[in-house]
Amino acid sequence: MSEAVLPDAVVSPAVGGLYGEKAGGPVLDFSYVGIDAILEQMRRKAMKQGFELNIMVVGQSGLGKSTLMNTLFKSKVSRKSVLATAQEKIPKTVEIKSISHDIEEKGVRMKLTVIDTPGFGDQINNENCWQPIMKFINDQYEAYLQEEININRKKRIPDSRVHCCIYFIPPTGHCLRPLDVEFMRRLSKVVNIVPVIAKADTLTLEERDFFKKKIREELRANGIDVYPQKEFDEDAEDRMINEKIREMIPFAVVGSDQEYQVNGRRLLGRKTKWGTIEVENIAHCEFAYLRDLLIRTHMQNIKDITSSIHYEMYRVRRLNENNTMVAHANGIPEHHLAAHEM
Amino acid sequence: QDKGVRSLSLAGHVGFDSLPDQLVNKSICQGFCFNILCIGETGIGKSTLMDTLFNTNFENFESSHFEPQVKLRAQTYDLQESNVRLRLTVVNTVGFGDQMNKQESYQPVVDYIDRQFESYLQEELKIKRSLHNYHDSRVHACLYFISPSGHSLKSLDLVTMKKLDSKVNIIPVIAKADTISKSELHKFKIKIMSELVSNGVQIYQFPLDDETVAKVNTTMNGHLPFAVVGSTEEVSVGNKMVKARQYPWGVVQVENENHCDFVKLREMLICVNMEDLREQTHTRHYELYRRCKLEEMGFKDTDPECKPVSLQQTYEAKRQEFLVELQKREDEMRQMFVQRVKEKEAELKEAERELQSRFEQLKRLHAEEKAALEEKKRLLDEDQSSFGKRKAAAQLLQAQSLTANGKKDKDRKK
Repeated sequence: MSEAVLPDAVVSPAVGGLYGEKAGGPVLDFSYVGIDAILEQMRRKAMKQGFELNIMVVGQSGLGKSTLMNTLFKSKVSRKSVLATAQEKIPKTVEIKSISHDIEEKGVRMKLTVIDTPGFGDQINNENCWQPIMKFINDQYEAYLQEEININRKKRIPDSRVHCCIYFIPPTGHCLRPLDVEFMRRLSKVVNIVPVIAKADTLTLEERDFFKKKIREELRANGIDVYPQKEFDEDAEDRMINEKIREMIPFAVVGSDQEYQVNGRRLLGRKTKWGTIEVENIAHCEFAYLRDLLIRTHMQNIKDITSSIHYEMYRVRRLNENNTMVAHANGIPEHHLAAHEM
Repeated sequence: QDKGVRSLSLAGHVGFDSLPDQLVNKSICQGFCFNILCIGETGIGKSTLMDTLFNTNFENFESSHFEPQVKLRAQTYDLQESNVRLRLTVVNTVGFGDQMNKQESYQPVVDYIDRQFESYLQEELKIKRSLHNYHDSRVHACLYFISPSGHSLKSLDLVTMKKLDSKVNIIPVIAKADTISKSELHKFKIKIMSELVSNGVQIYQFPLDDETVAKVNTTMNGHLPFAVVGSTEEVSVGNKMVKARQYPWGVVQVENENHCDFVKLREMLICVNMEDLREQTHTRHYELYRRCKLEEMGFKDTDPECKPVSLQQTYEAKRQEFLVELQKREDEMRQMFVQRVKEKEAELKEAERELQSRFEQLKRLHAEEKAALEEKKRLLDEDQSSFGKRKAAAQLLQAQSLTANGKKDKDRKK
């Protein structure tokens, strides 16, 4: 059967094309095609579909996780605020509880899911307390994978994968604890981790800088890659921006959902006898940097890394382990099996 | 609203309204991909229209009318407008409508479209895949060029469009619209649309679900099929140079909405609905192809007991089946081989036996003949010897009688 398709040719258009240097008349009038209108089309489509974001907060109880979530999203998004069941006992094992909200800002709709992990690090024996969390994260990947390999697929697969995990480090001022190192080491391989120093108003600026440097060293020494990961920088511009961020993590944050009058303005803050800590003042704490990173500049990037890197790694592992099982059952060497033999 | 999800109002500016911008910025970095397929008879103006639409000179050359079968020529170009980079692939049919027998004309087109779906499906099914780097070659829009006969659609048109309407977004256009008068054009358009409807051909409808564009799309849906004129030559009209076709009786201006629907086509295809075309291709046409292909290969979502079956399980079951089948075939072949060997052996043995018996027979024959000959020889020898004896005896007798006679004679003489 003769080849019905002639070979492709990749060429740039001849001179005098879209950027036509035609004589006489403004370039735009005669050369305008309208390709850049696709940006507007994409924006419209995104606004119509809405966005999804799943954030997990991990840390010992009492570190201010719920308050920080509420401060980030300027409304009562944490579970505690919603289910105001009076006495919440610390659970005996790590539980995973998630709650979802529909929020909207300037026409952009987002489904925000906050995943809480009560009981983490609160037991006397905390060995393996990351396991339920790892399992939860992998279960979300599994659910997505199952949807993706269906014959009859949904038009839009609901994304419940954990995009970002905020890890709360208690403000000891010294260094990371073994629990912190273990947790971050294991989970940085499957999810984007953003470590923060909780209740940073107990540290002076010098203590804070020392603590942060120590933490960064320990992360490096243990080979823990937190968000933004060095290996996923796409180009020089990205690297520059991300390097600046990497020099600042972990962010020392203070959370508050109370407003106080400061210098004639109403600001979010914590009022103490010795002064009012303004949450959004970068001289006081680094909450604003965290908010900008998570929400205003890198949110899409966080979601992309989750879907194109972490999820893909999970998928590769999962599909390969099936092959291994089959191979061992049949005594066939593994390299003969490849999914694309379909 | 999902159950279990509540709406919240925000007490201040959070900042995630920048999300669409973040998304758009990412897309700008990645670039966009758009693939158009142009189907139409040779010389109907496909290449010229593409040149006019994208305001460039794509490399194209006139094809002959003597192609033995329909072929497709795909060319990819990198275009840029302000900060948007577009990788445009234009696929043209070569020799469409030129053959004497046009029964199979649609097949190469269908095959091409399926091939692009197939390679996307293969990429999606790989273990290590890179979908965001993948150059999407699936056909997003199909411009079907209708000959400006002024009467109705040709049966080739209907057959081809019917075969393609579930695989690609079809946008029919009336080519060389400057050969039809306004009133004829109006009747022609109505006739075409009614023929498409009565034959159940589903052409692409501009989407109406987004309020910002619903109004303009509804209007445009009513102008289908667009009557277009293409030209890359410029003619001076008034004090401007415009793209037009110059005739002795006047100038047909391409971008004049009173003269033809070119501007409408450009507006709809590129400025308003390019993203929707891409989305429809991915979520409707590709999913349909994928579903059919996987079902054809025997995969199901639920097994006979209606319990969900994972793709993995089905795949393993299939693999087992395949291996078992292979084994069976191998055994069969081995058996057949053994059989044949046996048969051949028997044959050869038989032949050998035959040969042996013949040899024996011949030997016997020889022995018999030899014996017979020996017997004859013996008889002959006997005869000879007896004859010799008799000869000797006779000679003796003769000699005796001679001497006796001689004595008698002597006696007489005395």
